[in-house]
Amino acid sequence: MIYMCGIIGVIDRSRQRMDGTGIRAALSRMDERGSGEGAGYAAYGAFPDLCDYYALHIFFDNPHETKPLVIEELSKWGTIEHQEEIPTFEQPGVRKVHIPWRFFFKPDPRLMPRSTTPEDDIVMYLVMKVNTSIPGALVYASGKNVAVFKASGWPEEVADFYRIQDYQGYLWIGHNRYPTNTPGWWGGAHPFNLLNWSVVHNGEITSYGTNRRYIESYGYRCTMYTDTEVVAYLFDLLIRRHGLSIETAVTALAPPFWDEIDRMPSKQQEIVRAIRLAYGPALMNGPFAIVVANHDSMVGFTDRIKLRPLVSGEHGNRLYISSEEAAIRTMEPGIEQVTMPRAGEPVIGRFLQ
Amino acid sequence: MSIGSVPLRYRISVDHDQCMLCERCIESCPYGVFRKEGERIHVNSRVCVACHRCIAMCPRDAITLKERPVDYRSHPLWTPGVREAIYNQARSGKIILSGMGNALDYPVIFDRLVLDACQVTNPSIDPLREPMELRTYLGKKPSRLKFRERSGDTVLETTLSPNLMLETPIMIGHMSYGAISLNAQQSLARAVTRCGTFMGTGEGGLHESLYPYQDHMIVQVASGRFGVDINYLERGAAIEIKIGQGAKPGIGGHLPGEKVCADVSCTRMIPEGSDAISPAPHHDIYSIEDLKQLVRSLKEATEWKKPVFVKIAAVHNSAAIVAGIARSSADAVVIDGFRGGTGAAPRVFRDHVGIPIEAAIASVDAKLRSQGIRNEVSLIASGGIRESADIAKAIALGADAVYIGTAALVAMGCRVCGTCYKGLCPWGIATQRPDLVARLDPDTASANVANLIDAWTLELAELMGAAGINSIESLRGNRDRLRGYLLDERIMQVLDVKSVGA
Repeated sequence: MIYMCGIIGVIDRSRQRMDGTGIRAALSRMDERGSGEGAGYAAYGAFPDLCDYYALHIFFDNPHETKPLVIEELSKWGTIEHQEEIPTFEQPGVRKVHIPWRFFFKPDPRLMPRSTTPEDDIVMYLVMKVNTSIPGALVYASGKNVAVFKASGWPEEVADFYRIQDYQGYLWIGHNRYPTNTPGWWGGAHPFNLLNWSVVHNGEITSYGTNRRYIESYGYRCTMYTDTEVVAYLFDLLIRRHGLSIETAVTALAPPFWDEIDRMPSKQQEIVRAIRLAYGPALMNGPFAIVVANHDSMVGFTDRIKLRPLVSGEHGNRLYISSEEAAIRTMEPGIEQVTMPRAGEPVIGRFLQ
Repeated sequence: MSIGSVPLRYRISVDHDQCMLCERCIESCPYGVFRKEGERIHVNSRVCVACHRCIAMCPRDAITLKERPVDYRSHPLWTPGVREAIYNQARSGKIILSGMGNALDYPVIFDRLVLDACQVTNPSIDPLREPMELRTYLGKKPSRLKFRERSGDTVLETTLSPNLMLETPIMIGHMSYGAISLNAQQSLARAVTRCGTFMGTGEGGLHESLYPYQDHMIVQVASGRFGVDINYLERGAAIEIKIGQGAKPGIGGHLPGEKVCADVSCTRMIPEGSDAISPAPHHDIYSIEDLKQLVRSLKEATEWKKPVFVKIAAVHNSAAIVAGIARSSADAVVIDGFRGGTGAAPRVFRDHVGIPIEAAIASVDAKLRSQGIRNEVSLIASGGIRESADIAKAIALGADAVYIGTAALVAMGCRVCGTCYKGLCPWGIATQRPDLVARLDPDTASANVANLIDAWTLELAELMGAAGINSIESLRGNRDRLRGYLLDERIMQVLDVKSVGA
């Protein structure tokens, strides 16, 4: 579980790509919110040449020992187009306890004939399989055209460790961690990613036990020892598998209070009541501010009584969401409009086309 | 008589310096402990049941009661209770009848579970200052929702099944008119109406005087079908099929003819003075598919407008049984643990058959989740809920709501003497004798029961707030917020909780 933490996200609606310099500076501005024991970034649009392949990011403890096992597993379900050790650059504050690797993988959809989204389901199955059955290998990202960079260290150190300024993305999210539960563990750093979903989160989900048991009954396996990963799985379930809109999904996760629902016009009341009845076990309780991204959009929201800060700002085609206005202003000094969303109210940025 | 008399259970004594000969003890005691001879109250302690009515009514605190005033030679195996049961059965050759819940000294799992609270890393929530939601919906929930866009409008395509809406997850379980008095039922009915929750009718029909409260009453259909007709089914807010009861799993019900007065006979639709004996199984349910037919018949009869509950006793294989019930169109399953109370049950069943509610709820919830059908039914835990902490723990183990029974009676004065089956309840609760029934004033008793539900609801809100949870659905099945204290490893696996310190 995690408490203080700083989060930030930026989306360029016209899909103009940005390098990692800006978000590195913004996240470092919030060093007060971290402890130097974990930071991370995710960039959407980072692998344009391999954008049709799932970019499976894996932390290996000993690649010579476990990589063959992972390759064997992947080869059962599809083909590996390309693989490489993720380039890293030694930093004084980062101890390289894992070897980060990425595989660009194409699943064979014929192998999961009963699914309507066989490729995604194969990749999800593989993520759960590797993470629960191959010790010393942790899949920490599995989306298409999404790069994830995370390690134990200060935001600027982690950024320099991976040289994120060398990557381009039209949507970035970042996280500065103050860990309490699994300090120093790279797997515990944010963003958390599953398929195209990435999550950064500041807070502690007091309903984790309920959410985890709910999501696990749909075949997900929580393997990261922290509450944030359930958010990624919940979004995957509600939006990809159940086909809900982002707005509806956020209503399910941070719904209005019954008092408020009772006062709504009857049609809206019927819908929100149904959401609470059907998705009660997905309701996330406790203090949190979250930014969730995928290839279509970025959404930020807080818990139902806003026990964690969240501000958003707009400038031209760019939408920013962060724990602190100072971080947004670091990235975009000329920002015109800064607003504070209400508790549970989503801030959504979508691409223009 | 070769066995001779067994030692006294209770010794009543009167402090004659204090006694002012008001004779309230004589009036109070329907068992005939007290009599006045000359200027002195005399007692016959042998008939005392420890109901405390005399003690509560004595204006001078002149009466004292001592349990087991005569020692047996102590022995860990051959306890006084065991020896006395043998004397009793050696004489009678009969099954021993008993009341109230399990009286053996099994460990109480609730008391070996501790709740969580927030410190530093997240704030606790103060229910005095922030909203706190205990509202609970009981019934089938859709596993997913489908929406349709129609001219820019979002329309819900999924049809929701009827649910009961409770303002607090505390309901009052089924105690029939017959087992308890009409005044007692009225008191309970007024209390649940005031608190926005529900109570069960038991298998005793629905008396006319309860019609004003029918929207808060769950009508029961049990194996004797007493009191069941279409009028009864249509009046209830929900219908409950009783398969079994925690105090006596596997056997039927028994209301002695002494309790079947004219009014009870009308409400139950049975002859006056006749024993009302419900058979052990429903004679139309010999398998799970038969249950499904009954569930669907009851729904058909009431035009699919009401949730149908099924109540079972917590037994070894509850998880698989409930998984079967969840597929029968039932909307909620009540699981009654082996500490559940009763007006009358054979002692051997009360004390030895069934399993604790904590383990049953935990295994049922886990089984339903593993089969992906947890949303098909709500789970109601009952049997031995004594305080708000028990409710919080039951919900954290997976229950949606609880039924209380004995606790509600205690709120009306019941002293848990366990002699309900004699029909002489001096508190006017488990009796039909008009003079005794008149002792229970529904105005006061309903306020007392409502106060208890309110107080527990407040405590639940505080417990949730301390755990950083502002909605009951985030406590439900949240076993991470429980820890086992000196529970063995295997039980903790069943409960899916960690040990304290872990």
